[in-house]
Amino acid sequence: MAHFDENARPFSHQWLNERLAIDTLKRVLSTEYWIPKNINFLWAMGMVLAATFGLLLVSGIFLLMYYQPNTELAFDSVNYTIMTEVGYGWLWRHIHGVGASVVFLVIYIHMFTGIYYGSYKRGRELIWLSGMLLFVTFSAEAFSGYMLPWGQMSYWAGMVITNLFSGGSLHADALVEWIRGDYVPGQAFLNRFFMLHVLLLPLVIIGLIVLHFGTLRIPHVNNQEGEELDFEKEAALYKEGKIRESKVIPFNPVFLSKDVFVLGIYFIFFFYLVFYHFEFAMDPVNFDPADPLKTPPHIYPEWYFLWSYEILRPFPTDPGLVAFGIAQVIFFLLPFLDKSPNVAPAHKRGLFKYWFWALLIDMIVLTFMGKLPPEGIWSVIGLIAAIFFFVLWIALPIITKKEKKL
Amino acid sequence: MKELKIFGIVAAFTLILYWGVEPFAHSQMHKHVEGDDLKYSDLKPLTVKGDAKRGESLAMACIGCHSIDVKNMPAPMDAVAAAQSFGVNPPDLSLAGKLLDEKFFAHFLLNPAEVTKSKHFAMPPSASSEQDAADIVAYFKSIAPKEVTPKEGYVFACGRCHANRYDKWTQIGDVPKTKSNIKTGVDLDALEFKKKLGTYQNKLADYMGKLPPDLSIIYRARSEHFLETFIEDPQSQLPGTAMPRVGLNHEGLEKVMAYLESTGDPSKPKREAIGPKVLGFFVIFAFLAFLWKKSIWKGHH
Repeated sequence: MAHFDENARPFSHQWLNERLAIDTLKRVLSTEYWIPKNINFLWAMGMVLAATFGLLLVSGIFLLMYYQPNTELAFDSVNYTIMTEVGYGWLWRHIHGVGASVVFLVIYIHMFTGIYYGSYKRGRELIWLSGMLLFVTFSAEAFSGYMLPWGQMSYWAGMVITNLFSGGSLHADALVEWIRGDYVPGQAFLNRFFMLHVLLLPLVIIGLIVLHFGTLRIPHVNNQEGEELDFEKEAALYKEGKIRESKVIPFNPVFLSKDVFVLGIYFIFFFYLVFYHFEFAMDPVNFDPADPLKTPPHIYPEWYFLWSYEILRPFPTDPGLVAFGIAQVIFFLLPFLDKSPNVAPAHKRGLFKYWFWALLIDMIVLTFMGKLPPEGIWSVIGLIAAIFFFVLWIALPIITKKEKKL
Repeated sequence: MKELKIFGIVAAFTLILYWGVEPFAHSQMHKHVEGDDLKYSDLKPLTVKGDAKRGESLAMACIGCHSIDVKNMPAPMDAVAAAQSFGVNPPDLSLAGKLLDEKFFAHFLLNPAEVTKSKHFAMPPSASSEQDAADIVAYFKSIAPKEVTPKEGYVFACGRCHANRYDKWTQIGDVPKTKSNIKTGVDLDALEFKKKLGTYQNKLADYMGKLPPDLSIIYRARSEHFLETFIEDPQSQLPGTAMPRVGLNHEGLEKVMAYLESTGDPSKPKREAIGPKVLGFFVIFAFLAFLWKKSIWKGHH
């Protein structure tokens, strides 16, 4: 039984400490949560993502107050009511639209940082896996949100993506109808994607963010050299006042001060996009109201799905679906396909260095081809890049097995 | 510095990615149509000078179908009756001399179907010689008002086929303010208007092949360049479209575009007012954060 001082003033420090252990919490989560000193600004991407998610959440709450999940009203509730009649509605919408796009840019930077520095290895596997779960859930969140304005691209992307669940020549049309709640996207479809977007998926995302932070606490953050630190020894050095010699810093305030500076720079970029360059995040096609009788000439997903779309597209239906399915989960396997014992940045890891840049460039090529019309040279390049994507993943265990121990 | 180098690499890849999925992809997806700067080069230059006085008496034939509000000359039929006769309501001609290209206007009077590139154009040839056509054009130029609002430009050039629901504009005029019966909630005047509009739209759809789209937010759905070249010559962007070439001059196009922007992108003035303040705030924020970081990290390296 804990000790409770009867004379402690309610809500005083002592009173709270006895009930919430605030000193311990503060120490463990903040002032003695040790971060390696040898890091660069890419280590602030987690904080940037958390801040962007916060912006999406707040702007989403404001939009939710005026949005109408009804196939007759949805388009105008977004494009007229929110953009014209609601005070600063246009600002919330542009923050939400730009945020949805930029959050994926930062997620990809965050992921490729992890891949480059080997931050998914030796004790950090669960950080990678929970991060991948977040990536998948964010993808579902982005897709369900894209349905809501009920424009031409919402409707036809909804049609194309739900069609994937028919499984090609499996012809699981009943499954597709079950997902849509109708033969084609309609009121039932819009309502359930609305529910997913504003309730179920955000709940899952918040839970996964907590898990992602949790998986980070014990293995600690990686550093620029992949050096395995004795955190207790280094922390003792720091607490003795040898802050120059110690290889660690406390999260609060030292690491945090750098995070906040990076956030400041990021927000300049973010709000520049919100005010002066938001069109890239809001496709013109979606400003035509949904019309089930008129298929747009080009149907393409938002840019962050293009690479996996291009893995689906160049193959015949069935192999294409299998390839697409594998591409969705292959990144989960990264910690297990990388057989090298080294935790080190890619430039120190022999062939893996080339593997990293080849993967990055291949995914950018896939992204470009995913948006271009699948004709002539573009479909040839797309097919080669898609095959190369799988060659890279098959090669990964082989080249990492051969890697010399550093 | 190492961090700046890393930042440079991240920024470079981001920009390449942006270039590929935005400017490059769109340049490949849509064929580029070069405008003609509203010169209507396919039409021969006029060889005669118009005489407004002669034009005035010739123009009296126009009011058999059209109204001329600036001269207090009403149309013989209302919009719905006109649509029942012609398929579409003929425009009021007050602004014709101001917003139409002079050369286009004259050729249009001589041969409307050919000049509009619209096979079944309702208006018959309405001038028997180039001189007559030039005279009528001169007359309409002489009576045009000095100032035209963007909405007036839109109503004249587009508004009898294209509604704009975000501005409560329908093909037969603004949606009227009506009151419903307080005991039943029934608004008979609104129903009456809906019926008239519906009749008009049915006739219009028969005439054009389908109901021309509402243009409330077309400004966001198509690029400015697309809209300008499309209005200049619809066939250049959409071969086979029923939309006629309307022959606007620079002022006419400017009015129409200004109106489309005002309903399609109404937040532009607010964005421009608030944007610099928000960015200024974050520049100061980042600068203060930098000073804080510097003071905290003192002695760490």
